[in-house]
Amino acid sequence: MPKQLLEVRNLKKYFPVKSGFLKKTTSFVKAVDNISFKIDKGETLGLVGESGCGKTTVGRSILRLIEPTSGEVFFNDESILIKNKQAMRSLRRDMQIIFQDPYSSLNPRMTVSEIVGEALVAHKLYKKGKEVKDKVAEIVEICGLARYHMNRYPHQFSGGQRQRIGIARALALNPTFIVADEPVSALDVSIQSQILNLMMDLQESMGLGYLFISHDLSVVKHISHKIGVMYLGSLVELADKNELYNNPIHPYTRALLSVIPIPDPTIKKKSIQISGEIPSNVNVPKGCKFHTRCPMAKEICRTKTPEFKDIGNNHFVACHFASQNQCPWQQMNDEENNKPV
Amino acid sequence: MRIFAVKAVPNQEKIMGPWQMVWSRFKKNKVALVGLIILALLVVSAVLAPLLTPYEFDTIDTLSINKPPSLQHLLGTDDLGRDYFTRILYGGRISLQVGLFAVVISVILGSIVGGISGYYGGWLDNILMRLTEIFMSFPFLPLAITVSAIVGNNLPGEYKMYITMMVIGFLSWPGLARIVRGQILSLREQEFMQAATALGLSDTRKIFRHLLPNTVGYIIVYATVGMASAILTESALSFLGLGVVPPTPTWGNLVQFARDSYVLQYRPWLWIPPGLCIFLAVISINLIGDGLRDAIDPKSQR
Repeated sequence: MPKQLLEVRNLKKYFPVKSGFLKKTTSFVKAVDNISFKIDKGETLGLVGESGCGKTTVGRSILRLIEPTSGEVFFNDESILIKNKQAMRSLRRDMQIIFQDPYSSLNPRMTVSEIVGEALVAHKLYKKGKEVKDKVAEIVEICGLARYHMNRYPHQFSGGQRQRIGIARALALNPTFIVADEPVSALDVSIQSQILNLMMDLQESMGLGYLFISHDLSVVKHISHKIGVMYLGSLVELADKNELYNNPIHPYTRALLSVIPIPDPTIKKKSIQISGEIPSNVNVPKGCKFHTRCPMAKEICRTKTPEFKDIGNNHFVACHFASQNQCPWQQMNDEENNKPV
Repeated sequence: MRIFAVKAVPNQEKIMGPWQMVWSRFKKNKVALVGLIILALLVVSAVLAPLLTPYEFDTIDTLSINKPPSLQHLLGTDDLGRDYFTRILYGGRISLQVGLFAVVISVILGSIVGGISGYYGGWLDNILMRLTEIFMSFPFLPLAITVSAIVGNNLPGEYKMYITMMVIGFLSWPGLARIVRGQILSLREQEFMQAATALGLSDTRKIFRHLLPNTVGYIIVYATVGMASAILTESALSFLGLGVVPPTPTWGNLVQFARDSYVLQYRPWLWIPPGLCIFLAVISINLIGDGLRDAIDPKSQR
């Protein structure tokens, strides 16, 4: 039985929208709206969704880089949102983040060994000088860089190498949990797989738990054990990887999965089109958030918010028709499948 | 464990730090290089003053008063028979020191105020920036004159030099504070600052190890220009008799001789050399500042 590493309960982050001369708060951007999930030790939860759906805000709220509006985050069964600044700082050793942009996430005025080693010195884990140097060299080599890279500056590296530096920095404090915020989306496809494999190797050897944020479904499929699909600040579906890919329930998930390209031109695949734009997260649609774009929306979807519930097999879905066998969406697919070609 | 794409080739290539890049760009700017050479000459001659002249700057020789330049006294002597060349060398010491330390004071104050203001923001930023604006809205020279007149009046002459430094230093930091604040406002939104937070670094560390080093280019440019103007201000104050007072020589109070119209007409060696020194120091520092600005700003690559 793997032990639970992180639990997020009803996490919310509303950004106030201020306007007018007196900077009055007129409304809120509901970037993250009532999200709950769990991550076990050594497990990867992939978080997917289109841009602007609040994936990044979730990651940063968990680490308290952004203060969440409400909700609870338990890390190793400790509630971290109530911790003060001092306690939080020592806790940060165990939870780290890898950023999307390998260019702005490294301080241009520090060498690699300063970037990676700084936290070791700041937390007084190692003595300044040779001890830190040796430790940094070890980490840097684990991350696939060479010892002689240590005295270089970030601008002397390629994007992929910079991302390795970012990973090395995150690993330096020997964390147990890492938020990977689109770590490969700024990289070349050929480099992406290298970085993903590195991350998976590290997970194996160090028992890391990842929250892997991405908009790339094939990347998420490659690395994750569980996958959560986000739409407009909320999770619409959360399940084990194979369960989600083989048996997607929520219409949004189905639409997303249907557009993954298959590298075989002979297979004809019907992609499900979703019309319209993602609604603004200031004026969130009432009822089910997806009803404005859902081809199967019924009256109930416009009025009642669907519950995010387990339909068995640890498969959570927020759709009114999830548990019914007669899901209209499924029906439509079945009809199409049964048509003589 | 797989390790990717690493070749264990010993590294022969030269690694260029940001400062080496700045220097290599600075070197290409011939005008700035000339400025650097002139300033270096002035500094060296001031530092090595005791070796360059056999006289003391305050030895009065009543037998040789108001001598014109000769081999014995390269720039003649003044009305008390002191060797004038010696006084200019030692005057350079004081003038350059006042300029340097005034700038050090204002850089320290300005970057701390700007750093704190930009990093914390909110009410603290508001208070500090209003304070800066108050300092900025004082007319500089009248205030400097008033302060040094009040504070300096009760002090012996030797301390006047320190008073002058501090007056200039404490009155000239606001400009830098605003520049630093503006830079930090944009820097603190960068992802490497979030990474620093995620690593659990302290605020002090974040400000002084991450933010300020990234504004150092602006600080240096400001400091060079500020040093030139500090030297000028010192000269102006000393010229008015409110800065450093004789017998301690500075370039500023040496130029005072020009107030006498007889000296102005018939003994130009008493006021042209110190004036020339001020001019050379200020223009060379400004040239260096310009060169550094171009060298540090990566967008100005030629």
